[in-house]
Order: sequence, then C-alpha cells, then structure tokens
Amino acid sequence: MGSPAIELRNITKTFGSITANKNVSLTVNSGEILSLLGENGSGKTTLMNMISGIYFPDAGHIFIDGKEVVIRSPKDAFDYKIGMIHQHFKLVDIFTAAENIVLGLKEKGKFDIKDIEKKVAEISAKYGFDIDPAKKIYEMSVSEKQTVEIIKVLYRGANILILDEPTAVLTPQETDKLFAVLRKMKEDGKAIVIITHKLHEVLAISDKVSVLRKGEYIGTVMTSETDESQLTEMMVGKKISLNINREEPEGAQDRLEVKGIDYESIDGVKILDDVSFTARSGEILGIAGISGSGQKELLESIAGLRKLDGGEIIYHNPKTGTSDNLRDRTPTQIKELGVRLSFVPEDRLGMGLVGNMDIIDNMMLRSYKKGKTAFVERKQPRDLAEKIISDLEVVTPSANTPVRRLSGGNIQKVLLGREIAAAPTVLMVAYPVRGLDINSSYLIYKLRNEQKANGVSVIFVGEDLDVLVELCDRIVVLSSGRVTGIVDARNTTKEEIGLLMTGTKGDSLQSEFNQIRKDKKI
Amino acid sequence: MLSTIASFINAAIIQGIPLLFGSIGEIITEKSGNLNLGIPGIMYVGGISGIIGGYIYEHSVEKTVPILCILVSLCASLIGSALMSLIYAFLTQTLKANQNVTGLALTTFGVGVGNFFGGSLLKFFNESGSISLLDTGLAYKKALPFASKLGLFGNTFLSFGFLAYTAIIIAIVSSIILNKTKVGLNLRAIGENPATADAAGINVNRYKYLSTLIGGMIAGLGGLYFVMDYTAGAWTNNGFGDRGWLAIAIVIFALWKPKSAILSSFIFGGLYIICVYIPGLSSSSKEIIKMLPYLVTIIVLVVISARKKKEHQPPQSLGLTYFREER
Repeated sequence: MGSPAIELRNITKTFGSITANKNVSLTVNSGEILSLLGENGSGKTTLMNMISGIYFPDAGHIFIDGKEVVIRSPKDAFDYKIGMIHQHFKLVDIFTAAENIVLGLKEKGKFDIKDIEKKVAEISAKYGFDIDPAKKIYEMSVSEKQTVEIIKVLYRGANILILDEPTAVLTPQETDKLFAVLRKMKEDGKAIVIITHKLHEVLAISDKVSVLRKGEYIGTVMTSETDESQLTEMMVGKKISLNINREEPEGAQDRLEVKGIDYESIDGVKILDDVSFTARSGEILGIAGISGSGQKELLESIAGLRKLDGGEIIYHNPKTGTSDNLRDRTPTQIKELGVRLSFVPEDRLGMGLVGNMDIIDNMMLRSYKKGKTAFVERKQPRDLAEKIISDLEVVTPSANTPVRRLSGGNIQKVLLGREIAAAPTVLMVAYPVRGLDINSSYLIYKLRNEQKANGVSVIFVGEDLDVLVELCDRIVVLSSGRVTGIVDARNTTKEEIGLLMTGTKGDSLQSEFNQIRKDKKI
Repeated sequence: MLSTIASFINAAIIQGIPLLFGSIGEIITEKSGNLNLGIPGIMYVGGISGIIGGYIYEHSVEKTVPILCILVSLCASLIGSALMSLIYAFLTQTLKANQNVTGLALTTFGVGVGNFFGGSLLKFFNESGSISLLDTGLAYKKALPFASKLGLFGNTFLSFGFLAYTAIIIAIVSSIILNKTKVGLNLRAIGENPATADAAGINVNRYKYLSTLIGGMIAGLGGLYFVMDYTAGAWTNNGFGDRGWLAIAIVIFALWKPKSAILSSFIFGGLYIICVYIPGLSSSSKEIIKMLPYLVTIIVLVVISARKKKEHQPPQSLGLTYFREER
C-alpha cells in the first residue's frame, strides 16, 4: 500500500434544497482500488464529479499527495493528474481512437498522427489493452470505446483514475478483461476509484469499499473483512418509518395483466425479458429496480408507446366485463376501447406537459378532441385548471402561467391533477417525487392513496426503497429487464429488495442476459 | 466548337469563383457547428463595402494608384463582412439565439444594406448616374501578364484577376488546416460534439467565434470578386442574385470538404450559365435550366442520407447551440 494519493475531508454539496453529499470523507492510496458503493441517487457520481472538476464543493477540503488543492475545472483535474471515465463516453464518433485521445492536448511540436498512434500502442501494450488506434469510434463496440476513454486519461498521465459504473455496459468477459487491466494499473501504482452497485464486482476487484447512502457517508470497510450482507445493510440502511398510511386493499380484482412481454431496443439490446405481473384494482403495485432496468420501457409499453416483440397486455374492463389485449395498439386505440389509462411519465416536461404552454392549454392536451365545432373548447379546461390549482395547492401566479416557470413540485401536481381528473382505472406514475421536497412528496403520496381507495389500480415506479416498502401493497422487482421477484410489501425488508435489485440473487440471469447481448454483437 | 467549349469553361470558372469563396467560408463556419445562413447577406455586404471603400478612395485622390485601389476596397470589404459575422457570432454564441432565425435575418439585412448603399451612395456625394469604379475594377481584373501569350489555354485558365487564384489557394489551405493540423482537429471536434471538446479543455466559444468570423470574411470576398472583377466595379441592385444560396448548396454538394468545393463551384458555375450556351432556348426553358444546381443538391442530399456513411454527414451538432450547463 502506498501513501494517500487523494483524500477528501468533509465534502458537502447541495443543489437547491437537496443535499447530494453531506460530510463525506474518504482516502485512496496509490496502488489501491476503492469501490464507491451506493444506491441510485446516493451521491456517488456527484462526489466524483467534484474531484474531476465538473462540480465545485460547497464545503470541505481535497488533498492530493498530502497537499490541499482547489479543483475548479476539468482542466485543473487533468493538471492534478486525475482522470475520470464517465458513464456516457465523451468521444467524437467520426474521429479515430488516436484523434480522440489527443483531442485538446496542447503538446508542443508537429501534429503527427502516426507518432501518436505509436504512443497509444505503447500504452496499450503496457497495460494489456487490445485496440487499433486508427479505428473510427463509430465502428467500435462499447467495450472498445471504454478502452479509448481509459487510454485517453492514461495518455494525459493520470495517476488517479475514476470509473463511473464501468461494467454497466460490459459483458462478463469484457468485465474480466477490464478488471485485469485495472489490476495492472494498480500494480503500476495508480489510485483507482470505481463506482458501482454490483456487490460481487466490489468483492472481486476492490481493496476497500466506501458506502454512501442518500448523500451521507456511511463508512469504509476493507474488502477482505466484509461480505455481501454487511455491504447491503450499509447500502440500504436500517428501516426508517415514514408514517405513510396504508389501507388494506378492498375488493381487489385483476385489472391489468402483463404476460411475458419482451422488448428489444433498436440496437437489439433486450430491455424487457419475459416480464409478467398482474395489477389489481384498489392496490398500489410498486416497481423497484436500479434505474435503466426497463421501468421506463415497461410503462411506455403499457401506454401503447412502444411496439413489443412478444407477450400480451390484457386489460379487464370493470364496466363491460370484457378483456382486451392492448399490445400493438396506439394510445388513441386504447382509449377507444374504453380503457381509462393515465400515465405520469418520469420526463414531466418532455412527455407529460408542454413547458411553454400555460396550465389551461396543458389541460387541453387531454381533451382537445372534444367538442363539435372547429374551435377548441376552453371553458372546461379553464375550470379544471382552476380546480387543480385550488385542490392541490399549486403555487402559481395564475392559470395562464407557462408550466415551465413553476417549480418541480408544482409541475408534478399539475400533471398528476390532470391525469387523475381523467378518472382513470389504471394510473401509472414514474418517479413522482423525484426532486420534490417533503411536503409535496406527502401530498403526492396522499393523492395516490385516494386513488387506491377509489378502486384505481396504481402502478408506481419508485427509487426510494423506504417509500416503496411503506406505500405499496406489492412490489415487482426488475433487474436488467427481468422480474427477479414479486414481494408482499407488508412482509418484506429493504435488504431483500436490495438483493433482488442488484441481481445478487439473479446472477445467472444477468450473465444470461449479457450472453444474449454479446451474441448480437452489441 | 473548341472555342465555344473553352469560353464556356472560362465562364463557368468566373461564375464559380464567388461561389467558391462563399462555400469555403460556410464550410469553415459549419465545421464549428454554426449553421450560418447569413452567408448570402454577408456576401452582399462584402460587395457593397468594397464598393464604398473603392468609391471613397477614387473620389478623394486626383490620380489613383492600382495597388491602393485594391488595398482600400479589400480592407473595406473585409471589415464589412467581419462586422456581419460578428453580429451572427454574438447573437448565437453569447446570447444563444437560434441559429436559423439569426442567419435568415442577417441575409435579409445584408441584402438590404447592399441595395440601400447601392442606391444612395452617389446621392451622398451629390452625384447622379450609376456606380462605376473603373480604376478599381481594372486593378482587380488585371490578369497574369503572360496569359494572353499562351493562346487558348492561357485565355481559358489564366485570364483571371488575382482574387480567383486567391480563392483556390484559400480552399487548399483550409483543407490542410482542417485535416492535418491540431487546430483543425479541435475545430472539427467542436462541430461534432462540443461537450466532448469542452471536456477535453478546448475553448469552444473562442473557436466558434473565430471560425464564424474567418468564414464570413472569406465569404465576403466572394461578393467583392463579383462587384470588382465580374462586373468591373459596377453595382446593380440585386445584381448578385441568389449566388449566396448556391454557395450554401455547394457546401452540401461538396460534403463539407474544401477541396471538393473547388470543382463543385465550377460545376455549379457552369450549370448556372449553361442556358446561355444551349442554342434556341425560350426564356421560360432558360429558367428551368437554371434550376439544375438546386436539383443536383437535392439529389446529393437524398443520396448521402440514404448511404448513411458517417464521414459524409454534416457535422453532428450543426445548428445546435451549446450550453455547458446542460452536460
């Protein structure tokens, strides 16, 4: 073990009223791999962005090689020999690997791409990379692109490497290769931080593990002295009581049956794989999972926005008693079937509301087809807007204010108010309290409980396990597009859900999924 | 027959030179991700500024010196088009205005500025008639001294004023800078993916400003060539016509490659005047023939979109405003 390469002391960072990092302290020695572990939104990436100069901390100190430093920009970070490999690669598609690697470098001397390619080849040989410096980025696989990113920071002489969820896009074989490279770098005396939420990888690669939970620093343990259950407990924490009311569902009937649906993205990646569950009336069905496990695609499939590759979505109509298959129908066709489906998407201003239009006009997005004349009916939407503003206590100058100017919580109230006003039988909400303060959050929870009492089948995609466990009746857990478990929220623990989410229980599924991806050469 | 072909080629090149200036200017600008649709207006301003400079010089001295005629009008033209480009860069970079709207407004403005001064310049000096700068025009038109001695070849290929050769040199130099130097690499990176360039420590704003400025000044020379060399120092309102839009079409036709723009410009120049060389055309069929350059551009667009070859696509972030905060 070497001396401390980088040390953080009491780092705090807030965005508005949200604290992303609170008093975080950690140390990485040279020749050491540290895993930074935590759920979504626990502040891992924010913390690392402060080291790489993208954000600036509100309070706290950063020491590099024992000296206190101030990192104001990505350039400062380079100067301190810090290199970050982002989750979303920053590469120019039509450039070659070598061109991307030297981009922006202010080296003296002639610009000779052959010379650069030679140097890249040297670095590749030293650490065991397998890369053709003259290959264009758009012809590369995800893993090759990642290699280019790593060489890019090594070429700049980085001693401290930060990798943000590097294995999220890799197959198991590629992951093994990456880990071999990381071990070589470690032997070479580099300090490495790897951000991840996959426990088995943490145990496989790191020397020590630091855990963050909701922005707070929980602690650091040596990898050799810990195990999965201790790490899970550190990651999800002890149960916190939120005092959210939960009534027993009354007269629950099957409302929406999702049967073995499959969905592949345009690039051939399997996003949903044989997903099945049933949503019942008068019940809140939670959907838990690490973000990007297929939650968005699942809701959009039910709403008729995506063309599925397999499976059925059966709707049991409480009025007529008939059952209809919603698959391959457009939202309009679904509406014509008499299905009253409301969808509050995660992208509020992108998919739910039009930011530049006022509250009344946004109400009309759902009712513009009504009326018999060529002119739109504005009276009813105005009444509805006024009603939502007073009932849900929306803070706005008037109903004519563009939605974009409202705060996140008020935007969410307008959207949810509109969707509830359509008197749905199925209400789907995705991350409804993301970015909202406590009071708004509780109002949103209350609204959902009211819908449940009205016999609506509520499907709720959430990220806060405490809320999911307290609010929902049942929880479907997704991991990499597969259902890894459906649990009764009254008799479960966060640990159980956490293990299902991280795929520790479903490891074989994960590798199978990756194998399918690899066969398709993604 | 041979002499007809030779004169057609000669005319095509003469028509092609303003287009070449315009398209090189636009390529340099677009490589930084700025879609400057103000180029037609900038070319008008480049032309009229040269006229104003030349006019003032010719009227303030007893006897004109050819080199000074050129210098004064050249500087005036460069200043005019630089100011226009700065308006564009300031609006789109600093104030983050929409690039399409800004460009179109600038073109309307530029054409207006050209026609306004074209119509009123003489009145400011209490003169009447039409603008005609004979001395300056002659200075610009001066061909290589040995051109006429080389017979048909000399007359076809070497009978142009110095700006024509300047255009070709600028095209070749731009090609080398864009493809062989670090500055070019950085510029292209910005046009493709400004966030990546920014993260790599490149000053995105400075590059975008400079490329828009330099590109606009080069394009303005096209207007100068037109009024000084092609029409020999005379200005007619709307005389430059739609050549500015043709220059933008060439950018697409040449697939954003300065070297290809040279030949493309001459082809478009040829297509622009071929109606004169086809005997027995009625005036309406002449107009149809004049459509050819645009038709060819549409076909090229269809072909490159269908082939989807990455290198032949426009810069990826072309027309998009870059905000660092959105990363």
